[in-house]
Amino acid sequence: MFTKFFEWYEKRHDYARDWLDKNDGEVVGCFCSYVPEEIIYASGNLPVRMLGSHEPQDVTEPHIFGMFCPFCRDVLAQGLKGRYDYMKGIVIAQSCLHLRQTYTSWKNHVPEDFSYYIYMPNKVQTEHAYTYYATELAKFKKAIEEWTGQPISDEKLREAAELHNENRRLMREIYELRQATDPPLTGLEAMVMVASSFFIDKKDHNAELKRILPELKSRTLDRETGGRLMIVGSENDDTEFIKMVEGVGATVVVDDHCTGSRYFWNEIKFNGNIVQDITNRYIDRPPCPTKDWEERTRFPHILKLAQDYKVDGVILIQQKFCDPHECDMVPLKEYLNGNDFPTLFLEFDVTVPVGQIRIRIEAFLEMLGVEELF
Amino acid sequence: MNEYKTEPLKSWKKAKELRQKYYEDYQNAHAKGGIRWTGGAWSFDAIPAGLGNDVYNITGEPYGASIAFDKKLSMECLEAAEAKGWARDLCSYMRNYWGSMYLNKYAFGGEYPQPDFCFQDHICCSHAKWYQHVAEYKKIPYFCIDVSVGPYKDLDEDRLMFVVNQMHESIEWLEKVTGRKYQDELLIEAVKNEMRSTSVWAEICYLNMNKPAPLDEKTMYSLYVHGTLAKHNKEIADFYEELRDEVKYRVDNNIAAIPDEKCRLMSDTQPPWGFLKVFRYLEKFGAISVGSLYTFGLIGIWENKPDGTWGPRTTPMQKGENITTRDQALRLLADWNLCKPEWQHFYDPNLKTEMMLQIVKQWKLDGVMLHLNRGCEGLSCGIMENRLGIAEAGVPVMTFEGNMGDEREFDEKRTVTRIDSFMETLGYDMQEETAKTA
Repeated sequence: MFTKFFEWYEKRHDYARDWLDKNDGEVVGCFCSYVPEEIIYASGNLPVRMLGSHEPQDVTEPHIFGMFCPFCRDVLAQGLKGRYDYMKGIVIAQSCLHLRQTYTSWKNHVPEDFSYYIYMPNKVQTEHAYTYYATELAKFKKAIEEWTGQPISDEKLREAAELHNENRRLMREIYELRQATDPPLTGLEAMVMVASSFFIDKKDHNAELKRILPELKSRTLDRETGGRLMIVGSENDDTEFIKMVEGVGATVVVDDHCTGSRYFWNEIKFNGNIVQDITNRYIDRPPCPTKDWEERTRFPHILKLAQDYKVDGVILIQQKFCDPHECDMVPLKEYLNGNDFPTLFLEFDVTVPVGQIRIRIEAFLEMLGVEELF
Repeated sequence: MNEYKTEPLKSWKKAKELRQKYYEDYQNAHAKGGIRWTGGAWSFDAIPAGLGNDVYNITGEPYGASIAFDKKLSMECLEAAEAKGWARDLCSYMRNYWGSMYLNKYAFGGEYPQPDFCFQDHICCSHAKWYQHVAEYKKIPYFCIDVSVGPYKDLDEDRLMFVVNQMHESIEWLEKVTGRKYQDELLIEAVKNEMRSTSVWAEICYLNMNKPAPLDEKTMYSLYVHGTLAKHNKEIADFYEELRDEVKYRVDNNIAAIPDEKCRLMSDTQPPWGFLKVFRYLEKFGAISVGSLYTFGLIGIWENKPDGTWGPRTTPMQKGENITTRDQALRLLADWNLCKPEWQHFYDPNLKTEMMLQIVKQWKLDGVMLHLNRGCEGLSCGIMENRLGIAEAGVPVMTFEGNMGDEREFDEKRTVTRIDSFMETLGYDMQEETAKTA
């Protein structure tokens, strides 16, 4: 049922080239899920979030010092190796220091027609963030208009926003099916569904989501659900890891990742000023740790997900050296444990030592008392 | 034979006394009925100053550096942080600070003094998170101002106002959490002092263009620190003016920091605080580090002069501007801080490369030593691109890896070997007398 999503995920570059053949627009790379894709889409271009390849590489050493996260280096490697040679623009919305190095190195060393750094506020917990970010998005919109030579009408923006909202709504509906005692989809399928939405024209992605949704509601998997797990942490599209977890008698039923639920969880609410409406959505998103202060709003959000999806335990993962997540990991672990959710912490690199981690996952499941496994 | 005369810095004693007083004032603040707050060295310390003349702060980065200098205490603190589960690659100042808090050990004797609130600003991934944890652990209120609105060259009214609006918000918050009435005249005074401190520090660094340099970087570390403690403080602004006059005297009288200055270098980012002797090692080659973007621009505020040089920024007071209102003071304070050199490269390494090359040219340097500092992701952000940019400009550059506050990540012997090689490539030998004893 999820074949198309897997194909898109595996052949993302083929899809983009094909899209370029069929459309007038260009492909614009996005470095972070805070980039307002709606504006890029409304300009007739295809926003594509760039992810790593999970392959060892040695091309980024001259550009990024080794204490920065493997994800940012893996993403840069894709650019330096020319994997996105069909792309004409890059955009980053301010998030972590690590990824902005990828953006700046890309800008320096990979030829692009258009590059833009959006100074997204880090403090989203101030009312001033709404007005400030709206002015930043208006500047971004203007820059895109100047690049393409075409104005972006409010109507176009609204259409793009509705299309993206539909994508969010459909993925959230599919996620909610995972609350069932025996979810009709695996964590791997959910991961690939969300990850492919980063690369695929939302029109195509929505069509596929709508195609599978009715059938999915009555789907029964030919496998035991086993331990119900949640994964929380930094960027994660490591399919090998989730395959392994689900291969030892567990099912990942929900997550809190920028490559997972955080990407689509909230929608744009239309109140009349479309740029402000888009702004509000990004400010109000379930936050990345780097934007979650002074109050910790992500913790109750994560707890509610764990409760709603009736998870047995939570795997806390993080890319090695990911400071924002490292700054949340200790209190988050205490918070979840204090609310009776056991946790297992795992550190990720570009490639994951599946064998070693399997043993830890099995031990965690045993601790959770998922006895039918053994 | 020594080429230049040297003499001890007369201001040294006062610098030490001021620093000692700062930490004692903080420790004794409550006994005197005062307020105690904690935050980063870049926080807008002029703002809480409006709460009264009995408001004392401690800044986390210099405090973490002071701990790092005491290797035994630092190890205890780092291990205490690790025992709580924090990752070893997090900011080492932060881990030293947290460890001191967990152990209830104040680096200057006694117990860790309980702060009344945290007041921070956020530009790197760790800044806001650092005091989020302190506030939770100590159960005290917390306010943090987001300053990450882009480089100064792109500053406009909207970006400036995002910071200014948060500053106004912070004053309302300060009144609420302390129950005190805010005094605008104290804010205005503090803003003026901060501008004076930071512009005069730049002037002192500017004087180091002279050959022989009147100050070496190791000495400058002990002097710039006052600007990281309480740049808004009148005593510190006054001290910097005294120091500026003394450095000027040294320049006028050809008094050098080292007697055999042959080779002029600069470093980058915070040094490994437990191993400052590396800078003394340079002297064996007649080499001196005259500063760095870090030493000059962490606190010093600069501007481009009409002749294309980089010099101390002219203060509004020097321009004859009269600061009379809270809003005016906050706007000026925000604008002043947003042009801080060490904030620019958080957005683009090319901006840092340009500034470093400006220093190389203007201070007539022979080479650059980049500290690949595992302890600070903020100041190491983009550092490999800086290396490429500097090398492409034809300036000799070396790197050494370390950590400003975690001695376990600094290999002294390896660093010294790299310095030997670098000096060899620059064409400098270890001086004869030193070589005999080395």
